[in-house]
Amino acid sequence: MTLTLVAPATSAQVAGKRRSWWRRHLSIVIGGLLLALMVAIALAAPFLGTVDPASLSPIRRLRMPSEQYWFGTDALGRDVYSRVVYGARASLFVGFAVAFVAVLAGLLFGLLAGFNRWIDAVLMRVMDGLMSIPSVLLAIALMALTRASLENVIAAIAIAEIPRVTRLVRSIVLGLREQPFVEAAIAVGTSTPLILWRHILPNTFAPLIVQATYIAASAIITEAILSFIGAGLPPSIPTWGNIIAEGRAIFQVRPHLILIPAGFLSVTVLAINLLGDGMRDALDPRLARQL
Amino acid sequence: MTEPLLEVVGLKKHYEIRKGILGRVSAKVYAVDGVSFHVDPGETLGLVGESGCGKSTVGKSILKLVEPTAGTIRLGGTAIEKLSRSAMRPHRRNMQVVFQDPYSSLSPRLTAGDIVAEPLTNFSLATGKAARERTAWLFEKVGLRADQMARYPHEFSGGQRQRLGIARALAVQPKLIVADEPVSALDVSVQAQVVNLLMDLQAEFGLSYLFVAHDLAVVEHISHRVAVMYLGKIVEIADRRTIFTRPLHPYTQALLSAAPTPNPRARKTRIVLSGDVPSPINPPSGCRFHTRCPVAEARCRTHEPPILEIAPGHQVACHLHTPAAG
Repeated sequence: MTLTLVAPATSAQVAGKRRSWWRRHLSIVIGGLLLALMVAIALAAPFLGTVDPASLSPIRRLRMPSEQYWFGTDALGRDVYSRVVYGARASLFVGFAVAFVAVLAGLLFGLLAGFNRWIDAVLMRVMDGLMSIPSVLLAIALMALTRASLENVIAAIAIAEIPRVTRLVRSIVLGLREQPFVEAAIAVGTSTPLILWRHILPNTFAPLIVQATYIAASAIITEAILSFIGAGLPPSIPTWGNIIAEGRAIFQVRPHLILIPAGFLSVTVLAINLLGDGMRDALDPRLARQL
Repeated sequence: MTEPLLEVVGLKKHYEIRKGILGRVSAKVYAVDGVSFHVDPGETLGLVGESGCGKSTVGKSILKLVEPTAGTIRLGGTAIEKLSRSAMRPHRRNMQVVFQDPYSSLSPRLTAGDIVAEPLTNFSLATGKAARERTAWLFEKVGLRADQMARYPHEFSGGQRQRLGIARALAVQPKLIVADEPVSALDVSVQAQVVNLLMDLQAEFGLSYLFVAHDLAVVEHISHRVAVMYLGKIVEIADRRTIFTRPLHPYTQALLSAAPTPNPRARKTRIVLSGDVPSPINPPSGCRFHTRCPVAEARCRTHEPPILEIAPGHQVACHLHTPAAG
């Protein structure tokens, strides 16, 4: 009788396993790499052969792309390549900041609503009201009330996104508080704030990370819309939205003034959404149905 | 006579079914409808009945995980039925719970050690090193190894998880443990281990158990006395020997006749009940069992039999065993 021994995993097998992880989570890999590229561009903007994105040069306006002006110049003679590269900063910062603020506020509201019936009744009606207004419209209305600045744009977009996060967190909390481990925590004398902290909060992280990516993607688009219609960041800060807006007038003769920033915008949003989809599948396959 | 550790009188739990935006009560579920019993120190009371008869609700009401609608619950002489969640907290040291499902009753993101230590820190019984030592001691008491404390619940088997649940319940040195079907989710071989562990712990610490179960063999093994529930009411309570050898209520008789016996050649007559358990939303009039009772009489349909003590420690709610006066 021969004895078959299980061979220890060879390095090739380990590598194969790792490769299969890449393959299974291809959307995380592609989305993550594209997003990392965009972040790197935004961070390294001054070192990427750019010039001051706001410096005017009327003599050199409306140049076609060339070796000196990679993406050409706009109607005021500004270097479009520099503007697009610096524009990545505004877009990404707004996207991440909105995701952070909206998730934090939504988490707080959702936990409160999920654990107190009176707060729930009042808060969720307010959230229903906010959700009945299209988020772009709400952000425009909020921007009309204040002056154009980075903080106000972030606040305006975040307020429009908070109801969605609140609903998500509330539904998770309502599901979790019926779980026997929460009843067990009550039975061993754990106080309600501690139950929220130890037993509920850690279980909201996975879906919230996924939700945050979707919020970041939609915030970047909303910011571009606001900047495009002139209700967003002040014109002194280059953003993809206002580069497109400025290129609109001469779109028929210089289409690249719109197509290039729009391309960057699309790629960034696609990257974030791919990353979010991939993480949703990787973190918890059941979430696919919940979101 | 010693004072009972737990005394429950006339416990009721009705769930209201609300309809419409005004929340009008359209129906009530009579999950538990007037249940009285007591548990003595060091004793195990088995609570048996079919699914949906309200036995788990009795356990949860006593633990104040659900608010009882009516009735009194005395734990060590103190009435606890009206206490708020925070006022209830000190009393939880005397009363703990082991749940049915060992998978969902442990927080998935805490380590086994943290789960067992949670009651210790809640009641400031031990902190830091003392808490770790105490947790390690508890692990060994329930047959786990102290080096498993850093693991997460999903790394344990069902039986080991149930041992974790028992260690958690034991941490505060309670007098009473409400065991809500603690072994029905486990393999038969593991069931015996866990039941024996519970019995060993009872002998060592003088624990009392309210042992909720539907498995008669397990109940017969662990209980000193047994209460049989049907549709929100207790129909018979007696010591184990009486219940299993001379049951009086027709429902108890039917329940026992349905339990499998180890000897395949043993002859026994099975009482087969027809129909399903009636809905607790609209329980039958009179005796709740009359719709399925093989020996029901006319008065059973109209008059509800009171639960009466027909022999010392033996209570039955059945007209057939009520003194003629009824």
